[in-house]
Amino acid sequence: MDNNILLDIRDLHASVDGKEILKGIDLQVREGEVHAIMGPNGSGKSTLSMVLAGAPGYSVTAGEVDFHGKELLELSPEDRSHEGLFLSFQYPVEIPGVSMVNFMRAAVNEKRKYFDEAPLSASDFLKLMRQKRAIVELDNKLASRSVNEGFSGGEKKRNEIFQMAVLEPRLSILDETDSGLDIDALRIVAGGVNKLKTDRNATIVITHYQRLLDYIKPDYVHVLYKGRIVKTGGPELALELEEKGYDWIKQNNEN
Amino acid sequence: MTEDNQDKKQQLPGDDIINDVTGSEYKYGFVTDIDTDVIPQGLSEDVIRLISAKKHEPEWLLEFRLKAYRHWLTLEMPRWAHLDIPPIDYQAISYYAAPKKKEGPKSLDEVDPQLLETFDKLGIPLEEQKAFAGMAVDAVMDSVSVKTTHKEKLAELGVIFCSFSEAVKDYPDLVRRYLGSVVSYRDNFFAALNSAVFSDGSFVYIPKGVRCPMELSTYFRINAAGTGQFERTLIVADDDAYVSYLEGCTAPMRDENQLHAAIVEIVVEDRAEVKYSTVQNWYAGDKDGNGGVYNFVTKRGLCRGDYSKLSWTQVETGSAITWKYPSCILQGEGSVGEFYSVAVTKNYQQADTGTKMIHVGRNSRSTIVSKGISAGHSQNSYRGLVKVVPNADGCRNYTQCDSLLLSSTCGAHTFPYIDVLNDTAVVEHEATTSKISEDQIFYCNQRGIPTEDAIGLIVNGYAKEVMNKLPMEFAVEAQRLLQVTLEGSVG
Repeated sequence: MDNNILLDIRDLHASVDGKEILKGIDLQVREGEVHAIMGPNGSGKSTLSMVLAGAPGYSVTAGEVDFHGKELLELSPEDRSHEGLFLSFQYPVEIPGVSMVNFMRAAVNEKRKYFDEAPLSASDFLKLMRQKRAIVELDNKLASRSVNEGFSGGEKKRNEIFQMAVLEPRLSILDETDSGLDIDALRIVAGGVNKLKTDRNATIVITHYQRLLDYIKPDYVHVLYKGRIVKTGGPELALELEEKGYDWIKQNNEN
Repeated sequence: MTEDNQDKKQQLPGDDIINDVTGSEYKYGFVTDIDTDVIPQGLSEDVIRLISAKKHEPEWLLEFRLKAYRHWLTLEMPRWAHLDIPPIDYQAISYYAAPKKKEGPKSLDEVDPQLLETFDKLGIPLEEQKAFAGMAVDAVMDSVSVKTTHKEKLAELGVIFCSFSEAVKDYPDLVRRYLGSVVSYRDNFFAALNSAVFSDGSFVYIPKGVRCPMELSTYFRINAAGTGQFERTLIVADDDAYVSYLEGCTAPMRDENQLHAAIVEIVVEDRAEVKYSTVQNWYAGDKDGNGGVYNFVTKRGLCRGDYSKLSWTQVETGSAITWKYPSCILQGEGSVGEFYSVAVTKNYQQADTGTKMIHVGRNSRSTIVSKGISAGHSQNSYRGLVKVVPNADGCRNYTQCDSLLLSSTCGAHTFPYIDVLNDTAVVEHEATTSKISEDQIFYCNQRGIPTEDAIGLIVNGYAKEVMNKLPMEFAVEAQRLLQVTLEGSVG
């Protein structure tokens, strides 16, 4: 029997500064699945992730998104987070002066508040931090530093997966998580994602290259081009893309 | 009616969430309906004689006041600050207001219960059994000190902590020796005015070699309408002494502007250390800039002793207009001056604040960390002087001056003056200006942190260096104050 549908995107159109970027996206993600979204630069991959997370500056002009029974597009960005949507940013922003500990405590306790739960005690919280840090081999010093401030590219991405581990989302969107990573960091980050995988949650991996998919095995690969999903297949599609290049997609979709 | 701020809140137009939030968040805006002895408005030699007589002052103090008054008459209000100060009619202010009470309450039972309730409401318990164990409080309502706690315990160590009026009566020699020794009545317009009409304040003396075991705190409250508050604080730390002192301020919400012109004088002897912290939360006026306190304050410390140290920490969130430069004269060899400041302005608030570090002693050192946060239509200026005199060899100053902008209609300004007359000095100045970015807010949102809390988190992170300098008991309160002050201020 099929697992439950977690995310159901129907005919999603969105624009930035009046320019339409997403031109009708349809996508269903079920619990336990890993979907990869690939495509050339400017095809709308990051726009899709930002629209789903509710970033300002992106306007949805048509379509609906159902997230385990909730109208996702009606929710504020923080409520989308509480409901279990997590975005691992392509470029995680630095927040000087705010320690990772304080930041994560605020995040965890806001989510608990949303579900009418009491805030975690300091000791329980620190225990949680310790456990989750181990998943991405993030050392203690990093956790006491300011959010992303002075982190290397690899540290920033590990820090994203660390936050994902702490917040235990239903759906994680990894936006170009492999960009700027050397092979060791890539293995750690992908390993973290795999450890967090259950049959109740799901992952959307947005990537330009097939490389990451060697480490995070997708169930489906979608090719996004000019704001539409133009091709869907199994893991072999990623390999085919790698071999033939995006020109193959471009040629097939010019008309 | 005891609390009239409820009505005022309802008068605010409710369409603008931002202003509604900021307008309603001043929770100290209530008025206590208490019998107050207010003298008629206006200022003259007769008024000064009346104030002095009401306080049963000695002749020398009256003379001091009169000299100050005569000097004040020759002065003009300073106009050099980056402030737009409306004309002030000094004859339309009452210069003395005191809650009526029996002559000198000696125990808590004699203090008007409604006064106690007022301070309770402000979170300042005056009943000793309830008072913070680690802190002694002097509560000043309008012009006079209401009650000082933990006096007896401090007396055992020889620490004097009392109202200024009591000090004049009980320790006249000490007061006479130090009064005006750091801030002369000739210093500036507001200092002259204060010296003429000051009503009360706190007096602290820490004897040689004594580390004051608790935080000393004065809580200032303006209550009566149409009055000014002119308090005076004098702190003396004798050789090898240490004290940490904190002042807090609130006032009711009123449509009119209220004048507050205070003086703080600090004398630090050999190897002594004074830490002076301020959490200033006078009423700042409404969203359109009506009402609020004019805060014109002269604060200065003299590090007279060798290896003495004076540290100013201020969190300034209130007042319609702030004009204030807590300063250090580093006279002793190897003396140390510090200034840590967070100044927040929103709506139509104006602040021109900073410090002066005057290096006179050899090898004296100073550190200045100023964090300005501006929102709405406010104007926030840092003005600081670092001066090294010709004979002061080996002096060192480090200045860091940061501005955070929360709106596109506010202003942040920096006016650093550096006057170095000795070529062995090392003086550094660093400055940054930043905005909270939409990306930072969205990053927090995506992790489940709503925008208001995100701003609180970011602002507190920005101000952390200064907040960390506050005494523990107040760090949390000050953090909350920053967060509450800025709710709805980003745009």
